[in-house]
Amino acid sequence: MRFSTLLRHLREGSLSVVRNGWMSFASVSSIAISLFILGVFLLLSLNVNNLTKQIENQVQIRVFLDLDISQSKIDAIGRSIGALPEVSRIRFVPKAEGLEMLRRNLGEDGDILDDYDDTNNPLPDSYTVEVSDPERIADVAAKIKAIGDADPEKPIRSVRYGQGTVELLFKVTNAVRNIGLIIVLGLAFTATLLISNTIRITIFARRREIGIMKLVGATNSFIRWPFFVEGALIGFIGSAVTTGVLLAAYNWLVNSLQLEFGLMMIRLVTVQESGLLVGGVLIGLGTLIGIWGSAISVRKYLKV
Amino acid sequence: MQDVWKTYPDGSHALRGVSVLIERNEFVYLVGPSGAGKSTFMKLIYREEVPTKGQISVNGFNIGKLKPRKIPFIRRNIGVVFQDFRLLPKMTVYENVAFAMEVIEAPRRLIRKRTMEVLELVGLKSKANSLPAQLSGGEQQRVAIARAIVNNPAVIVADEPTGNLDPETSWGIMNLLEEINFRGATIVMATHNKEIVNTLRKRVIAIEKGVIVRDEPRGEYGYEI
Repeated sequence: MRFSTLLRHLREGSLSVVRNGWMSFASVSSIAISLFILGVFLLLSLNVNNLTKQIENQVQIRVFLDLDISQSKIDAIGRSIGALPEVSRIRFVPKAEGLEMLRRNLGEDGDILDDYDDTNNPLPDSYTVEVSDPERIADVAAKIKAIGDADPEKPIRSVRYGQGTVELLFKVTNAVRNIGLIIVLGLAFTATLLISNTIRITIFARRREIGIMKLVGATNSFIRWPFFVEGALIGFIGSAVTTGVLLAAYNWLVNSLQLEFGLMMIRLVTVQESGLLVGGVLIGLGTLIGIWGSAISVRKYLKV
Repeated sequence: MQDVWKTYPDGSHALRGVSVLIERNEFVYLVGPSGAGKSTFMKLIYREEVPTKGQISVNGFNIGKLKPRKIPFIRRNIGVVFQDFRLLPKMTVYENVAFAMEVIEAPRRLIRKRTMEVLELVGLKSKANSLPAQLSGGEQQRVAIARAIVNNPAVIVADEPTGNLDPETSWGIMNLLEEINFRGATIVMATHNKEIVNTLRKRVIAIEKGVIVRDEPRGEYGYEI
């Protein structure tokens, strides 16, 4: 194809959007509305993902040490655990702090611990370990246990991470994520059908034009190209409008709800974090559907 | 055209063993009652239909055996004009004519020059920016003719070009076609217009029930309307 012909197709495709004003408007609206619904669910599922991740990241491993081991041994164990590649953070919790934490967790019943102080603290020193991939928490716990077992003094008394509960938590969060993904995919599929159907109707109205073009000796690709350009433009305009409206609305929502959710320790995904993904998905999908919709519709009428 | 048969899927025989030779630069009227096979005859020339049997060559190409990919290229050498004009409704007169040249990927400057030239020939230069719907029937047909001749095709196929026009306008169209014929194009025109055929004497081929029943060098229409 000559370069000038390519320009001609671009010009002709854009002109066509204007020439078929109402039909273009119908297609743009159909794309905008379908993708808006998709976008809402996309944001919803991003937030659910974010929330489950926050919950997952709160799981920790507690490593309880033996009561009677030296400070150098405590430090050595801390270094060994910290050296594990899966460990993202490790914090030493001296027994005094452990007692304080226990007292706080017991709340009003904390006074039963009143008899204990630094001199007769029954609690062991411990480490709190956070892992970079919470799903592998069981593996990491086993490794930490192995560090203790490798030492002849067996300085680690126990390793706990809420066995059983954590596994259940992961099952739930994974299920929530998968359901979100299925809903988003289902909506994307429906949007695709709806949009390509609208485009098909607009092109059906122009099948005579296609027939005339063929009689004048236009090759199929010559006829097809401006339709591609037109479809892409319509898809792009529709999805860009949706993205703009959706992100503006979402930004407003996040800003006005920040305080309430912040108090519940829930952090919403910000527009800065999600905008690129949501915009990319919507605009990319919209443009592709526009091209695809016109491609399959034109093909039908090219057989003259 | 040699021993051409055309049978449609419903079993009707549109053409039954038609053989005819049309010379370069001839002007031929195709006459006959409705449904006799005139339109099929023309569709075979510009390859909208393929013959069921027999051979057709146009400009030396056997178009019955043409691969679908090649069809657009032979159509560029054949200008078609229809009773119902078949203009692109959303394009201006200029764009409609220029389209036929854009199709052959002609340079833009040449398209501009040649399109204006042809519009001048058909007397519509002043209406270049109008839409087809704003023109009269005769003007629309002249746009269609301008589009048909803009690429200097060797053959012009006209299927009842005056069918929708009043007598006066029809004569304008005929003068135009004669002018184009004079400039070297072969013209095959199907018509029901007795007055035109009997006044502007040309070769007449009459088809009835899919068979050529008459072929005279300077013939008459020969049917009572």
